[in-house]
Amino acid sequence: MIKVLNSGLYSSIQDLGRYGVHEYGVPYSGAMDKQAMLMANTILANAEDSAVLEMTMLGAKLEFQCDTFICISGADMRAKLNGTRIANYKMIPIKASNVLSFSSANGGIRTYLAVTGGFQSEIVMRSRSMYQGITQSHVIRNNDLLSIEPHSGQCHPKNARLKINKDDFLHGQLGVFKGPEFNLLSEAQQKLLIGKPFTISKNNNRMAYQLEEPFANKLDSIITSPVLPGTVQLTPSGEMIILMRDCQTTGGYPRVLQLKPTSLNSLAQKYAGQEVIFCF
Amino acid sequence: MSFKLSYKPFGEQGILVEWPNQISESILENVLGFKSKIRIAEDADIAEVRTAYQSVLILFHTPINFQQKIEGLKRVYASAEKEEKRTSQLWRIPVCYDDCFALDLEHLSAVKNISKSEIIKRHIQATYTVYFIGFLPGFLYLGGLDDTLSMPRKSTPRLVIEKGAVAIGGNQIGVYPSESPGGWNIIGKSPIPFFNENLNPPCFAVPGDRIEFYAVNLKEFNDIKVLVDAGVYQIESEVTSD
Repeated sequence: MIKVLNSGLYSSIQDLGRYGVHEYGVPYSGAMDKQAMLMANTILANAEDSAVLEMTMLGAKLEFQCDTFICISGADMRAKLNGTRIANYKMIPIKASNVLSFSSANGGIRTYLAVTGGFQSEIVMRSRSMYQGITQSHVIRNNDLLSIEPHSGQCHPKNARLKINKDDFLHGQLGVFKGPEFNLLSEAQQKLLIGKPFTISKNNNRMAYQLEEPFANKLDSIITSPVLPGTVQLTPSGEMIILMRDCQTTGGYPRVLQLKPTSLNSLAQKYAGQEVIFCF
Repeated sequence: MSFKLSYKPFGEQGILVEWPNQISESILENVLGFKSKIRIAEDADIAEVRTAYQSVLILFHTPINFQQKIEGLKRVYASAEKEEKRTSQLWRIPVCYDDCFALDLEHLSAVKNISKSEIIKRHIQATYTVYFIGFLPGFLYLGGLDDTLSMPRKSTPRLVIEKGAVAIGGNQIGVYPSESPGGWNIIGKSPIPFFNENLNPPCFAVPGDRIEFYAVNLKEFNDIKVLVDAGVYQIESEVTSD
């Protein structure tokens, strides 16, 4: 077990997501930055869909009640184990009663904590990903007990450090495909959409990121049709909305672009005020 | 019946198939027929097939060769109707139209110049078609609303709409399966659940099914609620074939 001394700003258990129930209106959910999540699991030799703790902006304070190994990935929240700074992307042994704490995020906004064997929270519809209305709670709270399997053994620190390329986090280019309604835009609009910088607005969460600059257009709403995480919707009023992992299953706005999966991961690490540029 | 379809890439592992740009039962029938043909064709690469009003999204497990997959899908669409005759269920859903639940009924009555009881009568008389499930887990998009009851969404959505609220949005009717924000006009409340994450499947209705509403008073609403909470309520239904 892990006791949550402080839950942080917005922390939830996530795995690779909930598949096969989309036709019932259930969102996929899953880790916002899947690449970071997979890396933490890989370093611990976990199954790739092992559930992790996703922390946003401001991290949690956790007390372990059993031995295990952990790996931290994603944004740097300056993790401390019993007050001593520890590294990201490294397998680290934990003893019962150890306290792990995180502060605010640097170089990204989402940090992942993986434990050996993964978090053992409830499985609903074949996934442990928290989502309001599907799982009992959608975030972890102070004093929650998070279930993990005790694990002790040898750790080989020499081989366990991974250097990662943070370019994905830092540069603002988002690789995209044309969306189903892209060709309804005029040639001039298409050129503007690809290549003009846009700013991420304050309205961003696990469901969607909005962009600040309005994009003038004359496209009508569409008859409600499927959407995906990474779909860029353009409203008649010019608002651009990029759908994220918790997005609804269908939408009624023109789908002008579709983010590449790697771009969805890097967008998940960006925050309000940062600029992005769409590119093919 | 055969329609002229368009096939578009959607991301690197999806193909969106679109029918003419309208909402109609004959298109729905064709969409669902295509979906069942895709199932019969059993392409192991297919991860998921989702339908909406006039579209089908086919998602594959890995990035695909679009031209090849689109040709394959065109062959499936053109293939003779091999699928079994589909049957659909007709579900009878209790709704309480009491003032305490029907938050927008008064307003609707004033705007339309139709009495509240007449609105309820017209709402109950229609048989609705389930087009697809979207927006929220278990939210059924229902077509077939009496034209005289059509009402645009509210300009400012409510922050909280109660679970079970029965509402009109344009010419559609819907039941909120869970508490959520929303902009539709609320005319009543149903005591029965439209989504249960512990059941497989989690929704009783599927696209192509039909829904009829019937009025219950407050006492009956509460009686049904007791049965629902005890897990013993059975929704009235019958099998119909198209």
